[in-house]
Amino acid sequence: MHETENSQEKWSEIIKPKRNLLDFHFKEIWRYRDLLILLVRRDFVATFKQTILGPLWHIINPVFSTITFTIIFANVAGISTDGVPAPIFYYTGNMIWGYFSRCIQSTSGVFTGNQAIFSKVYFPRMIMPLSTIVTSFIAFLIQMVILIVMWIYYYNQGANIHLSAWAFMIPVMCLIMGFLGLSLGIIISSVTTKYRDLSMFVGFGIQLLMYCTPVIYPVSFVPEQYRFLLLLNPLAPVVEGFKYSILGVGTFDANMMFYSVGVTVFLLFIGLILFNKVEQNFIDTV
Amino acid sequence: MQPAIEIENVSKLYKLGYYGADTFRDEVINFFRKLAGKPPVNAPIDGQGTNKLDQVDSSDLVWALKDINLTIQQGDIVGIIGKNGAGKSTLLKILSKITTPTTGKIKVNGRMASLLEVGTGMHPELSGRDNIYLNGAILGMRKHEITSKLDDIVDFSGIAKYIDTPIKRYSSGMRVRLGFAISAFLEPEILVVDEVLAVGDAEFQKRAIGKMQDISHGNGRTVLFVSHNMTAVRNLCKSGVVLGNGTIKFKGTADEAIDCYLSSNKTSEDSEIKENIEWIQNGLEIDKIEINNTNKADSILKFGQNILDVTIKGISEKEINTEITIIIENKDEVAFASYDFCEEKGKLYQLNGEFNLSRKIQLPAEIYKGELYISIYFHEPNIQWFLKAPKCCKLSSEGHLSKFGQISTISTSGLMRLHSVK
Repeated sequence: MHETENSQEKWSEIIKPKRNLLDFHFKEIWRYRDLLILLVRRDFVATFKQTILGPLWHIINPVFSTITFTIIFANVAGISTDGVPAPIFYYTGNMIWGYFSRCIQSTSGVFTGNQAIFSKVYFPRMIMPLSTIVTSFIAFLIQMVILIVMWIYYYNQGANIHLSAWAFMIPVMCLIMGFLGLSLGIIISSVTTKYRDLSMFVGFGIQLLMYCTPVIYPVSFVPEQYRFLLLLNPLAPVVEGFKYSILGVGTFDANMMFYSVGVTVFLLFIGLILFNKVEQNFIDTV
Repeated sequence: MQPAIEIENVSKLYKLGYYGADTFRDEVINFFRKLAGKPPVNAPIDGQGTNKLDQVDSSDLVWALKDINLTIQQGDIVGIIGKNGAGKSTLLKILSKITTPTTGKIKVNGRMASLLEVGTGMHPELSGRDNIYLNGAILGMRKHEITSKLDDIVDFSGIAKYIDTPIKRYSSGMRVRLGFAISAFLEPEILVVDEVLAVGDAEFQKRAIGKMQDISHGNGRTVLFVSHNMTAVRNLCKSGVVLGNGTIKFKGTADEAIDCYLSSNKTSEDSEIKENIEWIQNGLEIDKIEINNTNKADSILKFGQNILDVTIKGISEKEINTEITIIIENKDEVAFASYDFCEEKGKLYQLNGEFNLSRKIQLPAEIYKGELYISIYFHEPNIQWFLKAPKCCKLSSEGHLSKFGQISTISTSGLMRLHSVK
């Protein structure tokens, strides 16, 4: 009798000790989309409050690293740039790498960094990492402006650069990069709520990872027999592909891209499950 | 009608000490025990762990909530009261989905919003206007909802002039006003509120309570209100729940719940008045306090009795100049009478060494039936305190004889009958 009574009742929500690990609440995230936009706006406005140059800082940083890289890696070390002018080669690599690095860095501290808010109000926690991904993407778009200026300049100079057909896939590459950063970031943030060890490693780890990714050197720089090792890194195809799309040089094919997509989907799935598990009561252990 | 909230057997277990205090070694051991199908080290065993804050238990587990069952009807305004550590905040956190219960479930019918703090997530660099949007969205409002209520929110906050200034330039009071104004226009079907009303100045608090009343009375919304402010609970709530040590001690109307809470909170019958001294300055010692010839903290004011006999005995190691004030309050913490030991204007009582003070205080001829609370304070007015003993003694007035000679047993919160001058 009790059963039938229950079935007639309509509850809009049931709070239970543990929810299904695959119950990702995408609908709820969609309902909070305004919050996502407002958080992006907050990050953007707040970061550059009381700076003179404002969003120009998004450009200044990669420009300076490009100059440094050009001097050290191209001029001093003499590492090949696949025949492309060194500044645009490094700037392109820097841009896409910087985007990934910001994504992972901003999401890897989501739980520990937002304790104050998370302990006072509920909203789908995923909104926070998603908003930082969007913020990083906006910075990426701003940096794109300088890339276009550089590209036109070098093209008119008669440098060996041309857009390839893969340029149409740039949005997809951006998505892969963003989601890879997000997945790794939420995995790190989920496993660091109790033991913080891993978060000590993040900054350093990203730096190490950059050297395992063809950012400051082209894939062709790696001897043929070791190339497969480099390409095990799911970031390598995206970075090389991005350069290939814009500069028209590089070692790249569609299979590599599919591999990256596969790894991204897998990591994202793992990340979502972990995040989903942790977000429910991390506040008790953080 | 279907209830708004149904709480079924909800319990919450917490572990004391540092979280993750169980070492990485334990964690590895637990992993292998799990594989072997054994319970983990330190697993909660039913019945283990109490949550008396002062009681050291052998296990480091605490049931912050234990088997809470509660049904809240739609349109009800429920006050949740209890001492610190009774489990109020834990219950709110579970209801607000900030953490999950260890066992049991809560069924909710309708859109629920919770307000554990005002102005959560506000950013100091953003203007008041931007923060209204941000905070509103964090609380679950859609952007267009906020836009349509923006003028009302600004109006209610009373800081229209500063709305485009970054809130880091605001005073803390202004921030609170802004934060509350946003929350006030959140229009959920079920609202869960922590003690957010205890902010702002008196005028704003009055407005906030008024707004809360509108929300609940006008639109038949369900409100859960946690507070230590009994007057606010009495004004706002229809029913009340008393929590103690993680369990429900009492369910009933708001008035009954408050009475239950206050009487359990107040001194038990055996305790002595001097045990209820909350704070005393070093060097001052009280040996005995007697009210109406008893040192018990719970005594009776007999029919027609209109003398309050107060004796205070003690030692002061150094010379202090103090006023000794007695305040009579009712159970709602409303003070309505005071008496100063030193009745001469501009003079203080000088205590040095042993003292034995005794006064017979004239009470009004007729005091209605009800409970009176006596507080005793030693203080140098506006300068310093020597002793604070708020509500150190409860007097149960039996009532008075009406002018027709009958015993009047109408219960009030300390009403006194006055007479004209003869």
